[in-house]
Amino acid sequence: MFVLAITGTIFIVVATLLIYTLVKFRATAAKANTEPAQVYGSTQIELAWTIIPALIVVVLTVATARVIHAIQDAPKPPGALEVVVIGHQFWWEYRYPTLGIVTANELHIPVSEPSGPRPTFLQLMSADTDHSFWIPQLAGKTDLIPNRINELWMDPDRPGVFFGQCAQYCGTQHAKMLLRVSVDDPDDFDAWVQAQRQAAAQDESAADGRRVFETTACINCHTVRGTAANGRFGPDLTHLMSRATIASGAAENTAENLRLWIENPDAIKPGSLMPAMKLSDSELDALVRYMQSLR
Amino acid sequence: MSTEVMAISSAQQAERTWREALHEWVTTVDHKRIGLLYIGFALVFLVIGGIEAVIIRIQLMAPHSDVVSPQVFNRMFTMHGTTMIFFAAMPILFGFGNYLVPLMIGARDMAFPRLNAFSFWLNAFGGLLLYFSFLGGSGLYGAGSAPDVGWWAYAPLTARAFSPGSSSDYWTIAVLVSGFGSIGTAINLIATILCMRCPGMSLGRMPLFAWLYLTMSGMALLALTPLSAAQLMLLVDRYLGGHFFDTQAGGSATLWMHFFWIFGHPEVYILIIPAFAFMSEIIPVFSRKPIFGYPVMVAATVCIAFVSMSVWAHHMFTIGLSSYANSFFAITTMVVGIPTGIKIFNWLGTMWGGQIQFKTPMLFCIAFLFQFLIAGLTGIMMAAAPFDWQLSLSYFVVAHFHYVIVGGILFALFGAFYYWYPKVTGRLMSERLGKLHFWLFVLGFHLTFDVMHIPGLLGMPRRIYTYEPGRGWDSLNLIVSIGAFVQVISIAVFVANLLISYRKGAKAGNDPWDAWTLEWSISSPPPAYNFASIPVVESRRPLWDLKHPEDPDSRYE
Repeated sequence: MFVLAITGTIFIVVATLLIYTLVKFRATAAKANTEPAQVYGSTQIELAWTIIPALIVVVLTVATARVIHAIQDAPKPPGALEVVVIGHQFWWEYRYPTLGIVTANELHIPVSEPSGPRPTFLQLMSADTDHSFWIPQLAGKTDLIPNRINELWMDPDRPGVFFGQCAQYCGTQHAKMLLRVSVDDPDDFDAWVQAQRQAAAQDESAADGRRVFETTACINCHTVRGTAANGRFGPDLTHLMSRATIASGAAENTAENLRLWIENPDAIKPGSLMPAMKLSDSELDALVRYMQSLR
Repeated sequence: MSTEVMAISSAQQAERTWREALHEWVTTVDHKRIGLLYIGFALVFLVIGGIEAVIIRIQLMAPHSDVVSPQVFNRMFTMHGTTMIFFAAMPILFGFGNYLVPLMIGARDMAFPRLNAFSFWLNAFGGLLLYFSFLGGSGLYGAGSAPDVGWWAYAPLTARAFSPGSSSDYWTIAVLVSGFGSIGTAINLIATILCMRCPGMSLGRMPLFAWLYLTMSGMALLALTPLSAAQLMLLVDRYLGGHFFDTQAGGSATLWMHFFWIFGHPEVYILIIPAFAFMSEIIPVFSRKPIFGYPVMVAATVCIAFVSMSVWAHHMFTIGLSSYANSFFAITTMVVGIPTGIKIFNWLGTMWGGQIQFKTPMLFCIAFLFQFLIAGLTGIMMAAAPFDWQLSLSYFVVAHFHYVIVGGILFALFGAFYYWYPKVTGRLMSERLGKLHFWLFVLGFHLTFDVMHIPGLLGMPRRIYTYEPGRGWDSLNLIVSIGAFVQVISIAVFVANLLISYRKGAKAGNDPWDAWTLEWSISSPPPAYNFASIPVVESRRPLWDLKHPEDPDSRYE
């Protein structure tokens, strides 16, 4: 707001002078055939309108440098949560190294109270091209660049669900690499962590689907902890049903959309790297039932 | 001037067939013809780039639109940016420089006429090569068509792993080739301005237009080289087993960013400085006063040239540079605003105390002043890096730079068209159509680019082919698109004016605006040899001295 106040004031002052000039010094019929005084310049005026902007710039740069340092060089308090974010074309991988959790696309972080601050410190990496992590209501953006580790911290002061999306063009489906962050009360967060730590739910009624999953190429890309599937190319599906959306926010997490996504991903996110799995109808139905059992 | 200036009208052109005329134009080395070739080609690419923009805006009018596929949309924004910067803006500005600089300094042509022609054809073929990608970009793997990597072509998106086929190569080579053309014209302008000024025209007496084109050419030499180098390195990566930018093999994505923006930031000053040149010639004439503070204007321009080479990483505030690096670039970016602001104040000082005539060229210059002021201020906002961590890569930035390029450069270009068209063709453009064009364009421009700041502030990133409803962006995008359609109508009026006035415009004579620089001393259009005898000047405004022998500038300078 401070910066806006300064630039806004400059605009009002200069624009007013401009408008005044245009009105006061317009050519009139009375002055036709005469030329105005031919003034070449004025050293004092030039000095004045050099020094004043220079002073404004000094003020702005001091203020800016202080904020840059405060944000980028902020120390990490002991209670901070550590999350590793790995950007992929076109989804987000989240690892919580101290909590032993791996998930995808929907981030859960605890709310941070002033009495006992618990900010989240994110380490940002990329598996392929450049991406950028941007949740406008929680923090400025920082890019995810391959072969580089960037850091970002968020200190949310109220719970809620916050939206964002990838902000650095990363390929065909950059537009649908959406972000969803759930800032949870401490109890909700702990409950979520506990649930995510468990291995995949074993639901006997979905055994057919599980067999389909384990005997097709699914396991090459996806991980379901507690089964043979430990692929790293695609999102971790162990607790797929704990998410509100699939395909990194491109569609709601419903049976219909799951079926469509596996059968024909181009219908939801054309150009994404999920292949159409070419399964029969019965296999597809069984597989979707299995997916829905992964709570 | 101590010798008379003969206003010789163009010699009668012998009858020639269309084939002979075409041959003359294709083989010309005359700076005036080359200037018109540049401008003509650039106008065609301006329209093509505009069509690409319209496709983008139609797609973004509503959320979840499927007017075009994501693949086509990504090609559209890539081609729009690349076309506008390299094949519309650069060539049209070089075209004006080519036509006017020799006339303004009393020379008969540029220093190197054949290099001049060669540079133009490099640029023209570069443009054709870029657009051939639509046909030929499928390459060996059947993948790719026009490039879709954004006009900055960030690594590693351009690596073979992520851009199969040849589409990225079309981007690389087309821009590389046209870059060599720009370097050629820059060399030519520098040599011409330094070596071919008429007698009496010291550096301190040449029009500001010449100073600004001299500065811009120096910057072009410095800025285009890193880009060309990076493009060659990219070709080595893609075809000769190099790994400069290949992150999968340990290369560096940020290396490309540094190379690109060391070009990219001075590039935008290369684009705006000629616009400043137009402003500095037109505003004095229509205020009926000399430019306020000529020496300060020169100093400010040279200052801008130097400082602008030190600000490039303000395009990289989000990539995770250290706080010291970010602070440095924030400071230099704000510092470059000081000489730029001084120029605005000097134009204001020129108008102050004058007798302002609101003819069409002046209308466009007045709009420039307001719009460039706003654009500069949003730039200062983003120079505050923490602010930029929110605004970067969003539609706020897109709004900012279109405010400079369209609201600044294009408006100044329109002013320049209306001002110098009579000199080039011998006829005035229609004031009525000119004012219609002006007001329509002001309406369309502000509808689009004022409103566009808001989705950026609300979190809408750039380069997305669609967006989610319910983020507050929907109606704003609709208004932005409507403004684009209004601008299309305005451009149609402008093109109509250009064409109609060629036949029906009022005869202009040598000096329709009662101006003061040397190009107004010869016929409209000028003869092939420009000046029957090389003029001798004694002040910055030789024609003022001629018209006011009782009160010449030479007495005061």
